[in-house]
Amino acid sequence: MTDFGKVAKAAAVNPLKLSPALGGALAFLGIDRCLPMLHGGQGCTAFSLVLAVRHFRETIPLQTTAMSELSTILGGADNVEQAIATIYDRAHPRVIGICTTALTETRDDDISAELPFIVERHPEWQDLDVILASTPDYAGGLEVGWSRAVTAMVNALVEPAGRRRTLRRVNLLAGSHLSPGDVEELRETIEGFGLRVIVLPDLSGSLDGHVPDDFVPTSLGGTPADLIRGMGESVITLAIGEQMRPAAEALAERTGVPFTVFDRVTGLEAFDAFVAALMEVSGNGPNERLRRQRSRLVDAMLDGHFYFGGRKAAVAGDPDLALAMSGILADLGCTVARVVTTAATPAADRVPAESVMVGDLDDLERDLGPSPALIVASSHAKALSDRLGASLFRAGFPVYDRLGAPQRVSVGYRGTRDLVFALGNLLMEHDDAHPHPAGEDPGERESDGRHFDATLAAG
Amino acid sequence: MLDKKLAAAFQEPGCAVNRDKSDRDRKRGCSAVTLQPGAAAGGCAFDGAKIALQPIADAAHLVHGPIACEGNSWDSRNALSSGPGLYRTGFTTDMSELDIIHGGERRLYRAIREIVERFRPPAVFVYVTCVSALIGDDVEAVCRIATEQFATPVIPVIAPGFAGSKNFGNKLAGRALLDHVIGTREPAHRTPTDIAVLGEYNVAGELWQVTPLLDRLGIRMLASITGDGRYADVASVHRARAAMVVCSQALVSMARELEARYGIPFFEGSFYGVGETSTALRTLARLLVEQGAPDDLLSRTEALVAEEEARTAAALVPYRERLAGKRVLLYTGGVKSWSMIAALHELGMVVIGTSVRKSTEEDKARARALIGAEADLFGQIPAKELYARLKRGDADILMSGGRTQFVALKTRTPWLDINQERHHGYAGYTGMVTFARQIDRCLHNPIWRQLRRPAPWDRPREAHHD
Repeated sequence: MTDFGKVAKAAAVNPLKLSPALGGALAFLGIDRCLPMLHGGQGCTAFSLVLAVRHFRETIPLQTTAMSELSTILGGADNVEQAIATIYDRAHPRVIGICTTALTETRDDDISAELPFIVERHPEWQDLDVILASTPDYAGGLEVGWSRAVTAMVNALVEPAGRRRTLRRVNLLAGSHLSPGDVEELRETIEGFGLRVIVLPDLSGSLDGHVPDDFVPTSLGGTPADLIRGMGESVITLAIGEQMRPAAEALAERTGVPFTVFDRVTGLEAFDAFVAALMEVSGNGPNERLRRQRSRLVDAMLDGHFYFGGRKAAVAGDPDLALAMSGILADLGCTVARVVTTAATPAADRVPAESVMVGDLDDLERDLGPSPALIVASSHAKALSDRLGASLFRAGFPVYDRLGAPQRVSVGYRGTRDLVFALGNLLMEHDDAHPHPAGEDPGERESDGRHFDATLAAG
Repeated sequence: MLDKKLAAAFQEPGCAVNRDKSDRDRKRGCSAVTLQPGAAAGGCAFDGAKIALQPIADAAHLVHGPIACEGNSWDSRNALSSGPGLYRTGFTTDMSELDIIHGGERRLYRAIREIVERFRPPAVFVYVTCVSALIGDDVEAVCRIATEQFATPVIPVIAPGFAGSKNFGNKLAGRALLDHVIGTREPAHRTPTDIAVLGEYNVAGELWQVTPLLDRLGIRMLASITGDGRYADVASVHRARAAMVVCSQALVSMARELEARYGIPFFEGSFYGVGETSTALRTLARLLVEQGAPDDLLSRTEALVAEEEARTAAALVPYRERLAGKRVLLYTGGVKSWSMIAALHELGMVVIGTSVRKSTEEDKARARALIGAEADLFGQIPAKELYARLKRGDADILMSGGRTQFVALKTRTPWLDINQERHHGYAGYTGMVTFARQIDRCLHNPIWRQLRRPAPWDRPREAHHD
């Protein structure tokens, strides 16, 4: 069904991919009192910072080793050491998360070898953890960087546990496709089963959009490093998104904690699987609230499916996001004509679309036939969807021309319900704006809810 | 090669900062000073070059590097075009690991060909980035061959990020235009009032707040470098009779080079505030008349200035009443550290402090003279300190760029964007009215009263029923 493949173009046109280092930095913001830093030129940090500030509408702590032409030639270890010292003195973070860039990886700085010596020279940093993630720009996109940073956190912080297990506590590894609002929703669901949870990384405390009482130069909120250390004592790891599999495996290898990967938690059937796992782990049934939420989602799908059936959609985003969004559209009967994504991962392989490509936004419209009614992508797809006359549902990163993207919930029964409403409303609006001439596309008219209502009213 | 270019850009007699330096400091150049690992902020040279050239709206802008350079930055600038939109399309070679191992020249050549064949742009600008510079791709050679093969100018922009700051990248972009573009075309016709405007990027349409004034005076903008620019116009800018450098140290060197090569006189000016706008128009008229334009341009300019100033003053009356005496903290840099003060004083506002980052000694002196001895002239301040000052209630409003936006808002202090990403133009006479209106809207939004009230659980008991 899918003609999965990379498009043979020399020039990317309107790139979809963002840098892995940016993804890594965002993941580090989910650790409490952390200050992420890109090991590269100052521009690498400046661009990432601007995007993150515009998306989250928050001050984003993000530093740079400020590599110059000269330090690139001589090697960047001195810059790394100097940067850590400066950051430690000024902001006193608990964790510094270093993400490498194409510049320093091409130059082949071996920071993983240098880091132990650097730290050894500074006994005053005893309350500081420095974590290094390899995130060169030439390999993958934001999701890859996020995934690599989380794996690095696990390897750097989690203590290899003995046989001790804290019953009734689970780990949740959250992928880059989850908003701070999504993470909070999952946590509440898990806690509803009488379980405690350690979330890694946890943006729901740091980038949920709130007004703190004082200025904090590091991330404010997120998972405390000391809690991360004890993740080996949980009974199970629930990994959300295929991208979290490497981190779950690393955790299992260090500590023996078994894991389950959920490639989607958006959608009825998809979230049922997550709930079933929680029932098994906790030995409890769902509470009344969750039962009600499921029933409401079922009702929303009943009300909404008229507007989805047979409609044409296209999705662009990192693999796990693309799978979640194309999945829910396919669940409701849309034809997902094209998915463009950033890497050929197992999640990308499971995307329910007529064609799947690793490419750019330009590929979203090429040889697609009639325009889709709906495009799901980041704010970068605005011009494209205007040109095609398609409605744009903004999802992923960055979303800078709408309020509340970080707060939007699109996982779980409740989040999926709200997502169905939002998508359905856009499809309705599109239909109103693009009335079909009489006699055209009768198949679509027959499945159209408004048409059905009109018939009833006339009868 | 790069070394020579960098050295040439540092030897800038037209740059006031450079003039103020000791011989030793001057030799050290202007890019290496601010870069402290772990405390640096700001864009790189590539960023600066892209900002300066991307507004050439009909050209294709191709970034030769791995994904971060273009993937993280395209579609984020608010420079507007009145026609072609190709400049908004993000093009990059998105270099992979294999490109880096084998060299990226072949991919770059193919990328240029794809763009020329599909989009037929009048020119392609190719931006070198850190990685393509590091692995030694000969971008100039590829551009030379592509220019011949595709009969389309392909211009190498040699400003890899690690060469220096954003400001330095502006300069290198000017260099690329001087080396490869300017003087390669002739204008279709010429007039005695042809001018060039340098360093105005038409952010939020600010150029368009000025062009109607020029039109009314019969002054023709032969080329804009580069706001709402067109490649052919930029290429024929050497036929301008006078040039204005707008709020930009960076393009002063370019203006000086135009003067040296083609005898085009130039001045530095600003379109922020009524007074500055009038001065700019008068200076333009004077330079043109000195170059042989008809004398009546001077009197017509005076008439226009008088009319516009009266109209603007009338429009500002209601705002002046509401804004007078309000305390402003300005956090910007360069020329804006004083040009904005002039505009704010015209509204009767009090500037309690201004940052003089990236400002020349001359800028600083002008700022000092304008705000008086009481007010504060400061450099870069850490976010924590800025937060503390605003939290203390030192200012009624902060005017700055997006980076400090949320520092201000979290203290529940009104904030106005006066940098790149803003959506309102503040230039010229009409811009001044827009500026006043936007300040008024920020300051007097009804949210502030409610937001500053304590939560019910933080109020004294008796206050519950107020």
